[in-house]
Amino acid sequence: MIIAEQKPFEEIKRSIAPAHKVLVVGCGTCVTVCFAGGAREAAILAASLRMAFKLNGDPKEITEVTVQRQCEWEYLDAVAEQVGKAEVVLSLGCGVGVQAIAERFPRTWVVPGLNTSFLGMPAEQGVWVERCAACGDCILGLTAGICPIARCSKSLLNGPCGGSQDGHCEVNADIPCGWQLIYDRLKALGKVEMLYEIRPPKNWRASRDGGPRKIVRPDLRLIEEE
Amino acid sequence: MAQLTSSDGYLSGSNLERVLRAGHFAVTAELGPPQSADAEVIRRKAALLRGFCDAVNITDNQTAIVRMSSIGAGAILAREGLEPVIQVTCRDRNRLAIQSDLLGAYALGIRNVLCLTGDHQTFGNHPEAKNVFDLDSVQLIQMVKTLRDERTFQCGEPLRGTEPRFFIGAAESPFADPVEFRPYRLAKKIKAGANFIQTQLVFDVAAFELFMEKVRSLGLHQQAYILAGVGPLKSPAMAKYMKENVPGILIPDELIQKLEEAGKPWAGKSKDELTKEEKKARSEAWKQKGIEICVELIQRIMQIEGVAGVHIMAIEWEEAVEPIVKGAGLYPRPVVEPLPA
Amino acid sequence: MNGDYQILAFCCQYCAYAAADLAGGLRLQYPPQVKIIQIPCTGKMDVLYALQAFEEGADAVMVAGCLPGDCHFLEGNYNAVRRVERVKHILQAIGLQPERIKMFHISSSMASRFVSAVEEMCSIVKELGPNPLRIDPKVVSEEKGDESE
Repeated sequence: MIIAEQKPFEEIKRSIAPAHKVLVVGCGTCVTVCFAGGAREAAILAASLRMAFKLNGDPKEITEVTVQRQCEWEYLDAVAEQVGKAEVVLSLGCGVGVQAIAERFPRTWVVPGLNTSFLGMPAEQGVWVERCAACGDCILGLTAGICPIARCSKSLLNGPCGGSQDGHCEVNADIPCGWQLIYDRLKALGKVEMLYEIRPPKNWRASRDGGPRKIVRPDLRLIEEE
Repeated sequence: MAQLTSSDGYLSGSNLERVLRAGHFAVTAELGPPQSADAEVIRRKAALLRGFCDAVNITDNQTAIVRMSSIGAGAILAREGLEPVIQVTCRDRNRLAIQSDLLGAYALGIRNVLCLTGDHQTFGNHPEAKNVFDLDSVQLIQMVKTLRDERTFQCGEPLRGTEPRFFIGAAESPFADPVEFRPYRLAKKIKAGANFIQTQLVFDVAAFELFMEKVRSLGLHQQAYILAGVGPLKSPAMAKYMKENVPGILIPDELIQKLEEAGKPWAGKSKDELTKEEKKARSEAWKQKGIEICVELIQRIMQIEGVAGVHIMAIEWEEAVEPIVKGAGLYPRPVVEPLPA
Repeated sequence: MNGDYQILAFCCQYCAYAAADLAGGLRLQYPPQVKIIQIPCTGKMDVLYALQAFEEGADAVMVAGCLPGDCHFLEGNYNAVRRVERVKHILQAIGLQPERIKMFHISSSMASRFVSAVEEMCSIVKELGPNPLRIDPKVVSEEKGDESE
């Protein structure tokens, strides 16, 4: 899922400062699960902002609403009226949610309340880790189900580099060496010889390097939209 | 070593290649370019190395700190009559930039290239930079080889005109993890096209012997020239720091003890109790011992089957190269004439 | 300030709430400005409860749970400690003194400890003054204006 975290409070404050009527829009999907922008976080942030501005002698009308998924039009349509009344929408969705609001409500000023961090999962309660870089050309079948693009600091395809020591990356002792993980798992599965093969340069065009990406599935499209 | 060679029988015809092919025990030294545009620094360092090595290895923004480019410094060195080995890392440039730089480097007279992945930029002085790592070191080696032997760009398009003919180097860290995989990773680099290998600093000769045993069993020493990385230790503190903080560096305690013994006359006194002169004398004693240890290491490494030379890394201490090379009996350096065309 | 202030005490029903009860039974005196809210466990304590309390004008919030290791739900009181920490961070960010919220560990038999905890919160409020959110900002500025004259 998409992992995000809330922006610093001061930055959020600055971004909505000129407005009086503020609508905080939470999202009920990924960012709810990672405790960054769900209904509860939206309520906490709205209350915090109300108090902060009131203490500054600039009380604002700050309300909140949470939609099931900010990244789909039909859920956004449900809050169109509230959005219409707000001078600024503070989105607690991921970057997709913010843009969906901007696109659906062309006359609305929208600002992000979160930094969208990565595609990952909770390793334990309160700890999230990156797992996928959305490179568009999955090679997990070659690397024992551990992604070197997302989990090697240098995204090596023929790792590990000389910076691997005691299982961790040279960048930071908190980062497990992705290639040590790959090696260990291939060894446990009796497939180390897969690493003897040279992996050719990656086609980064399938990744963001090829420009914004789009997928079209003709079999799923509605006839009138074609 | 069956390789596609040019008409003179060499891959690149570089001095390093000629020395190695002639069967001499090769010596290369390292030169760190300045954090400025001062060509005089290169000339000054070149003067310290002239005559004591077969080629000079120039770092490419080592530890991710901006310095004069390895190619720029290499071109100055070539004009000074020394032979550069330019390091090329994958951190700062993509496949377009690297190929273009290689064409330029060759045109400037550079004949050896060392292909590296590169230290991560978070170590350096621009930790907020976007890194590249479009290729990794193995793919970089392949690309340099393809340019040379197939006269083809990485994209598959033919290179018309003069192709860059480099003697291709790669690095290997014998003691980084996973240790048992390191000889196989070396094999990948050689399969990709590496002609010579420089290892990470070796201080633990016994561990290096084990590594070389595996290397020989894979026949790798017959497919590429392996140069062992060596370097003088400056002080016990530096040795301890490297041992604990630099991945892939093993330093036996006895070496650290030897250094400590060299500093014994000044032992038991705190920093503040020592006069400036005393500190200087102690530092000199450590350095002397560091050079002595380095000479001993080279002499032991020379006995290991499959080691074709040494690469001396005396970073910011180029003066140490002369006594090390002389002490190890590797002076004067051989002069190998090019093969007849 | 006079005695016109409010302290909210979120008390676990198994320990601190019982301690408050016992204090009453023992006729121990404690400041009447505290309003006790019984919760099934301090693990139920929500960051939002505290924020709402402050937004509505509470001068201080105390959260009182079981002694470490004694939670009926194993670690509810530990979770409460961390939530109180988070509230402190939020208070700091919005410009309220983080000292206005505090976590206590009070077993059901510690009636006098409950009393001293309430007294501690009272003295904190006396030191910090009333929750400025309770005062109309206009009134504040008028008062300031008066002072300057």
